[in-house]
Amino acid sequence: MRTSNHLVYLIALPLFSSAILLLLGRIADKWGHLVATLVSGSAFAIGVSEFFKMHSQTGADRTATQKVFDWISVGSFKVTGSLMVDQLSICFVLLITGVGTLIHIYSIAYMSHDKDRRRFFAFLNLFIAAMLLLVLGDSYLNLYIGWEGVGLASYLLIGFWNQNPVYAVAAKKAFIANRVGDVGLSVAIMLSFAQFGTVSFTGVAEGAPHASSAALTAIGAMLLLAAAGKSAQFPLQSWLGDAMAGPTPVSALIHAATMVTAGVYLIARSHFIFDASPTARMLVISVGVITLLFGAIVGTAKDDIKKALAASTMSQIGYMILATGLGPVGYAFAIMHLLTHGFFKAGMFLGAGSVMHGMNDEVNMRKYGGLSKFMPITAVTFGLGYLAILGVPPFAGFYSKDKIIETAFNSGGSKAGLIGCAALLGAGITAFYMTRVFVMTFQGSRRWETESEPHESPFLMWGPMVVLAIGSVASGYLLSSGSALVNWLQPVVNASHVTHEKELLSPNTISGLALAAVIAGTSLAIVKYRRVSAKAPTNVSLLTLVARADLGQDNFNDRVLVKPGFAITRALLVVDHSVVDGAVRLVGWVVQEISDVLKKLQNGYVRSYALMMIVGVFICAFILWAVTS
Amino acid sequence: MNIVTLIILSPLLGTLVLAAVPQSNSRLVKIITLATSLLTAAISIAMALKYQPAKGGFQFVESHSWFKSFSINYAIGIDGLALVLILLTTLLVPIVVVGGWNESENGRWSVKTFYMLILVLETSLIAAFAATDVFLFYVIFEAMLIPVYFLIGGFGRGERAAAALKFLIYSLFGGLLMLAAVIGIYVVSIGQGAGTFDVTALSHLKISHQTQNWLFLGFFIAFAIKAPLFPFHTWLPGAAKSATPGTSILVLGVLDKVGTYGMIRFCLLLFPDATRTFAPYIIALSLISIIYGAILAIGQKDLNSLIAFTSISHFGFIVLGIFSLTSQGISGATLYMVNHGVSTAALFLAGGWMIARRKSTQVDDFGGVQRITPVMAWCFFIAGLSALALPGLSTFVSEFLVLIGTFTRYPVAGTIATLGIILAALYILYLVQRALHGPVKEGNEDMHDLTLREKIAIAPVIAALIFFGFYPKPMLNDINPMTSTLMSHISIADPTPLAGK
Repeated sequence: MRTSNHLVYLIALPLFSSAILLLLGRIADKWGHLVATLVSGSAFAIGVSEFFKMHSQTGADRTATQKVFDWISVGSFKVTGSLMVDQLSICFVLLITGVGTLIHIYSIAYMSHDKDRRRFFAFLNLFIAAMLLLVLGDSYLNLYIGWEGVGLASYLLIGFWNQNPVYAVAAKKAFIANRVGDVGLSVAIMLSFAQFGTVSFTGVAEGAPHASSAALTAIGAMLLLAAAGKSAQFPLQSWLGDAMAGPTPVSALIHAATMVTAGVYLIARSHFIFDASPTARMLVISVGVITLLFGAIVGTAKDDIKKALAASTMSQIGYMILATGLGPVGYAFAIMHLLTHGFFKAGMFLGAGSVMHGMNDEVNMRKYGGLSKFMPITAVTFGLGYLAILGVPPFAGFYSKDKIIETAFNSGGSKAGLIGCAALLGAGITAFYMTRVFVMTFQGSRRWETESEPHESPFLMWGPMVVLAIGSVASGYLLSSGSALVNWLQPVVNASHVTHEKELLSPNTISGLALAAVIAGTSLAIVKYRRVSAKAPTNVSLLTLVARADLGQDNFNDRVLVKPGFAITRALLVVDHSVVDGAVRLVGWVVQEISDVLKKLQNGYVRSYALMMIVGVFICAFILWAVTS
Repeated sequence: MNIVTLIILSPLLGTLVLAAVPQSNSRLVKIITLATSLLTAAISIAMALKYQPAKGGFQFVESHSWFKSFSINYAIGIDGLALVLILLTTLLVPIVVVGGWNESENGRWSVKTFYMLILVLETSLIAAFAATDVFLFYVIFEAMLIPVYFLIGGFGRGERAAAALKFLIYSLFGGLLMLAAVIGIYVVSIGQGAGTFDVTALSHLKISHQTQNWLFLGFFIAFAIKAPLFPFHTWLPGAAKSATPGTSILVLGVLDKVGTYGMIRFCLLLFPDATRTFAPYIIALSLISIIYGAILAIGQKDLNSLIAFTSISHFGFIVLGIFSLTSQGISGATLYMVNHGVSTAALFLAGGWMIARRKSTQVDDFGGVQRITPVMAWCFFIAGLSALALPGLSTFVSEFLVLIGTFTRYPVAGTIATLGIILAALYILYLVQRALHGPVKEGNEDMHDLTLREKIAIAPVIAALIFFGFYPKPMLNDINPMTSTLMSHISIADPTPLAGK
């Protein structure tokens, strides 16, 4: 284990820059965005240098730590403000700062007309700092600070235009869904401390083999709840669609490439818990499968391009979560899909932003059509991301998603076939809804009615899109050739440990099946959406109606949580006033009545006072006798 | 002169100076009050620097006989618990004075009266935390009702007289029970040799479990009213609704801490057997407080009573930590007392300014404030984040310590208490959404942003919330020895990790 002195700068630089931009206010309006972008770029440079330093080491020395300060110490509960970078976290550091910097650059142009651009960049820097803390913290409690920090940044950015009440509500909804997840994280941390007497990753990893399986399952389930909140997984998925209220670069960075994948990081980081608890792994797999189908189905019915992409993100993260439930090699494939997804989904979101930029902020795909002529660069870069998410060889998603489907089929156990089929079905639906998005936006006839023609975005915007498109093409091959990522992560998650289960299907068969599913989905979408009307049809199938309503998620939450919650609040308001305070008022009233009676005893006759004195003396004597005997 | 006595006397000295100032010169009154409170704060910081955390026990002790025949003494001393609470008091008073510079203008009595009352209250709060003589503590405990009664009744808004009376009667009732228990423990001490009110001497008495139970309840109910715990809380929202922001900060932020302070100093220390007997029931009550206070906060329409209900929820956490009887719980609860004081100050300062500008306490009258007065809105938002114990702010450290300490002994209670963190997000963010976000509501257009004076008042509060979120060590260094001394004295140890290595 090495010690490093530079890790803290990764976090301190963007944090400091964010604070400066917020505190200086309007003074920094002219140059704030440049400082923020420069800082993000510097963090990327530090990340790259850390990577090469790590690469030049071998064995345990690839992990570097830095103790920054003493944080909390009470009794045996001791947590230091310490950072740790290893093979797993460096992947995230590069993703966060790399994609983050590209999105900073993109936002300079995208937000150029917003008078609060400085504030926007301050929040972006705050996000970068918090996300880096999340992946660099060496204990669950350090992670928690970053975990909540990214939640705060997400809240601030979803509600960036919170003068619009709908956006303000969306921001609040995201925060509260995340707080439900935080209960999971809190309880997991408390369980860890009660079980192992420590909350550091290494300490919990050492203790895990000695814990009861019930305890491990409980910790695993609570971590999964936390992951579900942050990563918009079932049953805490409902906030992500609304989170699209935030400016599009935010959707690309936070709600596609990085923050929403924090749940995957949490589970991979806690592999020692899940490795030891088959029940917890089964829960993880179930959540992953449900969400990947849920998101895909919702994605088929959305006309809002950002919401369609958000549903897709949910579904793709479902794949990652599923992979983390599939044992050691699954972690590596989950991270691989996370990285390739970071490229292609961020790229497509930036593409969507570019379309909106050229279309007066229109998000309804029914008002698009034939845009490839007007925005060739956007169409091509988006198209490459599209091919990548479909899993067409040799684009990035082919390498990462096929591996997950393959691992699912061959994971052994009675349910492997079922899990594999679900993943395969998801791939088919993905092809359907993504083709739908692509065709409705870039192909077909023009359906917009505005005077001005759509225009291609400036270089500051398409530059980052091109870089991400290159990643969408090449990252899959680079990460998987020679099992590069699997070997790289081996020391952290034991990724090349293969359990020799009976192969259900050969890899080639699975690839063939996946490709067939993709072709089927794509063809169906092309046939169906070659021609679309500018208005959404109303006489649609029940499935479409349900999918349009997000499978009733908000309806369910509203009926089961919100309405009863407010009913309880109203009832307790009455109880507090009438019962609790009522009892107090009753006592007051009784005392007053008694005093009215007693008042009459104050009648001025000496003889009645004397009588009362005698009674009093007897009472006192009685009490003394009762106490002493 | 003993430095603690100096700290106790200096606000009182300021009152005497104020008495000589003509009523009409309210500016001079404020300046003298500010100077006095700053001086007091400076002396208390000097004391904190001289305090030796590692030494443990009471330091800077001083004792003078007061009523010899009953062995009542003016006895004071400082340990970690007293130290952090005295610092909280002396540092908040100047902030209250600067932040609420004009809040006393429209009272029933003069500005001069207001500040004399504030300084008398400061003295009594410091003395309550410093007293090591149980009878002295009792006298101060009752005496501090007087300035608060007049502060609420004379300078508040709405039904201030009724609110002040309710506060007074509730407190007097609690005080009566405590007086009985104080006399009771004195009688016990006579039975075991020499009668004494010295808290350390009393802690070495052998008291039968049965007697402990009765005496414990006498103290506990008085403290549960002050803190306030469900179902003794109904005086608080009314008081907060009526009081000026400055009074609210001192009442909810500091005065209520006398209750939770008393639980540690007297209930736990003097009656360990009774503490163990009642702990499960008190934990149940504190859980109810946490959830009940939070749910009622969500339903409030009045900004001040909303803040009051969030405090009831937070006091639930503090009491939960104390009666978890773990070092994380007790140290966490002590830290929580300080952090809640700071957080409440931030809420009432920013909320008070919003109310003063809008001339309404109704949450729904605000709306879109973020766009009109960004700095004020940010201050209120950060205060709100501290109330929901956002990780990275000081309140998170204390809340998490309470939770984790509780969990190691009572896992179910610890888990139920975490529901409080969801409800806290609801009451704060629902409030923020209604008051700060959305389109600008009619009547808010002309609100002006914070003045320099207001910025100066709230800046140190926000800085403390952030600083102690990452570096609570200076406070924990003072608090931890107190906790371990207490726990070893009442022979309670932390649970050990379940999975052996």
